[in-house]
Amino acid sequence: MSSVRDTGYEGRPEEIRAVPVRRPGRWIAAAIVLVLVVAVVHSIASNPRFEWHVVGEYLFDERILEGLRVTLELTVIAMAIGVVLGVLLAVMRLSLNPLVSGASWLYIWFFRGTPVLVQIIFWYFISALYPKIDIGIPFGPAFIHGNANTLIHAFTAAVLALGLNEGAYMAEIVRAGIISVDEGQSDAAHSLGMTRLQTLRRIVLPQAMRVIIPPTGNETISMLKTTSLVSVIAVPDLLYAVQAIYAVNFKTIPLLITASIWYLVCTSVLYVGQYYLERHYGRGATREQAATPLQRVRGILSFRRTGEHFRTSSGEHR
Amino acid sequence: MVLAEGVHKRFGRNEVLRGIDLEVKAGEVLCLLGPSGSGKSTFLRCINHLERINVGRLSVDGELVGYREVAGKLHELRESEVARKRAEIGMVFQHFNLFGHMTALENVISAPILVKHEPRERARERARALLDSVGLADKHDSYPSQLSGGQQQRVAIARALAMEPKLMLFDEPTSALDPELVGEVLEVMRALARDGMTMVVVTHEMGFAREVADKVAFMDEGVVVEEGPPGEVLANPRQERTRAFLSKVL
Repeated sequence: MSSVRDTGYEGRPEEIRAVPVRRPGRWIAAAIVLVLVVAVVHSIASNPRFEWHVVGEYLFDERILEGLRVTLELTVIAMAIGVVLGVLLAVMRLSLNPLVSGASWLYIWFFRGTPVLVQIIFWYFISALYPKIDIGIPFGPAFIHGNANTLIHAFTAAVLALGLNEGAYMAEIVRAGIISVDEGQSDAAHSLGMTRLQTLRRIVLPQAMRVIIPPTGNETISMLKTTSLVSVIAVPDLLYAVQAIYAVNFKTIPLLITASIWYLVCTSVLYVGQYYLERHYGRGATREQAATPLQRVRGILSFRRTGEHFRTSSGEHR
Repeated sequence: MVLAEGVHKRFGRNEVLRGIDLEVKAGEVLCLLGPSGSGKSTFLRCINHLERINVGRLSVDGELVGYREVAGKLHELRESEVARKRAEIGMVFQHFNLFGHMTALENVISAPILVKHEPRERARERARALLDSVGLADKHDSYPSQLSGGQQQRVAIARALAMEPKLMLFDEPTSALDPELVGEVLEVMRALARDGMTMVVVTHEMGFAREVADKVAFMDEGVVVEEGPPGEVLANPRQERTRAFLSKVL
């Protein structure tokens, strides 16, 4: 940014004040958009079948809040599994051992290649395939054994399906992040006597985060909505709670709106979280941190008051 | 300190080093000169086992690089053993390779804490002194992206020195710098040589080689064409190839 600084002393060059070019196209476009917005708002407000009072009535209903809790729980656990698995699979994929990288490739190929809804139902019916589950040394003694039906109930099946599926997607995201870090970083770390694991943990992964975080935020937002699929195996999530209520009172539309409002609230919170996470991991990558929206608002306010030029370096951010 | 005998290195079918014989004694400064692609950097990377040699023997301080010899047979070293040996050899890169997510100070203390398990406070104290000594007293908390090339390279030298190496490798340390920033880096290197550090320097700075080196070696197409004191090799090269190269760069 090489704008002339507003120094305020006498005799500085006068600002150009020209008559702006007329842009009728913009006015027409704005008018069309405005008319459409008014039409939509009018229809939403005037159509009694939206039953907004019902929405308000159920927004904080106990059953719905409980469903919301299950949805959030599913999202957090499934994403945690996905991230851990993703890092593991990404590192395996970059391994020099062809068997290890091949196994990772096969996993990703399978879990990305089948619909997540199918996977959810599949895990739910796993007891049909393996009625008894033993956990222990392969072909050796088992430490935990039990009936698949008791070990894997609906919630476990949902977590497994969502988490294992997410792992495949996260693996590709993490791998892209690792590859994006310059090889010179590893050279430097190795030359200082760091082992491969230390280099990965302390040098490469922290810098890969800048590339990994934005798509991971996307994945989390996507996961929050994907959890609604688990209603098919009767996990009492947000959508399932809503369905259970409208199955009784037939207020289908207002209850779906209630659920949508909660989904929107959660994704909005995630947006904000992602923004600050990106900022945190972007440090060192740009000369100057871009101002946060809050700082920008404050800057604009102080600009109004003092007439001083406020620098938002948003243009320099990546 | 460094002894190379008949060192060969291949990348696939491309033979980059074709029989290198060189010796650097403790406290000596060796400058490697030559056109790009002649194998200088590759040889440097072999010394701390960033590259594995295919033929010949290469040792640092009397110990083979990357191998142990037991009853006439070579055994590969474990990763942790290789890392321990690398920790005794400092390396400075053409593109600095500072850790971008760490401040200058954090760059310098990272390896002493992680590799040598030095107490954090002691590491910070030494790092501050090192950064001061390379003229960066006011840049401890700057990130690499906030520093000029010359400043970054001086942080990189401080980072390598923090491990108290017995040998320093410099891979074209000034090639990526603006001409006016070259001097500040060479000044730091000159001071290091004066303090008796053993150094192997790949460089195109003929002035530096003439002034600081105890020995220069001119490489071309994977072999050492000519070596000797800088006064002889740079002033009266015996080989035609050396003469042709020097006439272009001087």
